[in-house]
Amino acid sequence: MTIFDELRRYDGFDFPGFLAGVTDAHVARALQKERLTPQDYLALLSPAAARHLEPMAQKARDLTIRHFGRAMVLFTPLYLANHCTNQCVYCGFNTKNRIERRKLTLEEVEAEALAIAATGLKHILILTGEDRKQTPPAYMADCIRVLKRYFTSIAIEVYPLTQEEYALLIEAGADGMTMFQEVYDETVYAELHPKGPKRDYRFRLEAPDRAGRAGMRQLNIGALLGLNSWRTEAFFTGLHADWLQRAYPDAEVAVSPPRMRPHAGGFPPREIVSDAELVQYILAFRLFMPRGGVTLSTRERPGLRDNLLGLGVTRMSAGVCTQVGGRASGQHATGQFEISDPRSVDEMAQALYQRGYQPVYKDWQYL
Amino acid sequence: MADQLVIGGVALESRLFLGSGKYSSNAIIPAIVEASGAQVITVAVRRVDPGAGSENILSHIPRSCRLMPNTSGARNAQEAVRIARLARAAGCGDWIKIEVISDNRHLLPDNQETIEATRILAAEGFIVLPYMSPDLMAAKRMAEAGAAAVMPLGAPIGTNRGFRTRELVAIMIDELDVPVIVDAGIGKPSEACECMELGAAAVLANTAIATAADPVGMARAFAQAVAAGRAAWLAGPGAVSEQARASSPLTGFLHE
Repeated sequence: MTIFDELRRYDGFDFPGFLAGVTDAHVARALQKERLTPQDYLALLSPAAARHLEPMAQKARDLTIRHFGRAMVLFTPLYLANHCTNQCVYCGFNTKNRIERRKLTLEEVEAEALAIAATGLKHILILTGEDRKQTPPAYMADCIRVLKRYFTSIAIEVYPLTQEEYALLIEAGADGMTMFQEVYDETVYAELHPKGPKRDYRFRLEAPDRAGRAGMRQLNIGALLGLNSWRTEAFFTGLHADWLQRAYPDAEVAVSPPRMRPHAGGFPPREIVSDAELVQYILAFRLFMPRGGVTLSTRERPGLRDNLLGLGVTRMSAGVCTQVGGRASGQHATGQFEISDPRSVDEMAQALYQRGYQPVYKDWQYL
Repeated sequence: MADQLVIGGVALESRLFLGSGKYSSNAIIPAIVEASGAQVITVAVRRVDPGAGSENILSHIPRSCRLMPNTSGARNAQEAVRIARLARAAGCGDWIKIEVISDNRHLLPDNQETIEATRILAAEGFIVLPYMSPDLMAAKRMAEAGAAAVMPLGAPIGTNRGFRTRELVAIMIDELDVPVIVDAGIGKPSEACECMELGAAAVLANTAIATAADPVGMARAFAQAVAAGRAAWLAGPGAVSEQARASSPLTGFLHE
């Protein structure tokens, strides 16, 4: 059984009916529980729970500090390439978008690594578009071997791989993976991914499972908020995370709650997710998975990121550049999306200290 | 004669060990150490970065404190051994607290893998202190494998739920020849005191102090509680009776 089968159990479930039927009493009961059922989690994602954000926040804050301390792991993404064969309607890397396509040489990877390492960060997330010819797993492995000299933790956010390919990258030095399912609703998924290998919903959905089987230490998943009803997407993301944690108890499982940002394609979000709704999602997830990680990107603006600090977030990106080779070469190619928090690593660290949090640059030692 | 705890040939006056993982800033650590009087502090090797300058946690550990690097993040014996060797190579000394956790939902230690890591590292000359689920037989095997002390959890790590494993730890204290140090889950000074009254050799606290509103004040309170509990243990607590014993017995007239 995989997460695909698990999600099938909710086929035909009346989500709008359930969400509309949640009462204040149900929310209050869920808030008093130590271990939440999936239905409790869904209740906390309901419109009724939006009236209980403060008690949810109080509990989420306590749980987060108890389990993770007043510490925030910092990392930064490094875009290796923006070649892509997909036509995802919401993504700047869409193959039909007329943007300059680039792929870093190993020398350029090293130059980028030097620029990032100078900030003190030891955790890095490498990204590519989906193009098996331009950026095959062997290329990623070569890049990881270069980056290993500068970083103690290297995660990948690349197209879905086979278990053997994940094993190859782990052998090269990768210890974490991020895979955004983008949207869990299979019908909506098909609409938004008209062409390209990303059309294969199930191969993408089961990618973290294959990575877990290959021995990946960190599994990070997420839905792109704005593509579908955020409440059900948040529910399925949490369910997926919980399933992964049960299936791979020795892995660290985390979710990301990214909201859609402007990009080269100009696709408008189908649903605008408000700040309060984003907060509700993060709080509900924290109560559902007290030890689950929550990764917050620079898609969100500085003030909001600072205020979300104590509410469940455990990892943040900083010093972000979404352009291929944007740091060392100074090139200004089109990025995947526009960021909202342009703060440098130092500025982010100072903001954390000011709020009573410790920036953690290194939280893993490559073995 | 001073009441000392001897581990790996090192005599310690303080029986409160510190964790270092959850503070708002590493810069607070010296104040915590001073207030607690602790002489042993554990540091996750995964967070040690000798090249990080002022952000390097090791630069905040007072020289008076003995470093006990831990293998946090290890999922099996092999990874724990590699982390321990990295710690020694980085100049962190020979003490190592083994943490092998393959359950990220509850963070419960894997005793079997911990026994194996203890055997390998003790043979390499490390002073090994294994963090473990309280289990007498597993603890005996760790001691036989060369553990200098064993560190059973009082409650799941980070929960502040208190001394929930009291019955099992009490048996370990009675049966084992190596020191028993209660690690994890202790949330209040009174609970640390209870561990010491029971005969524990020491208590390790991290979350309880680091997440307190006043961590320095809480460190001081823990120091006092651990000292009081130890003093009570040394003084030999009176026997506990299930029934009240009136000073003027109701049946006394039968003996008149």
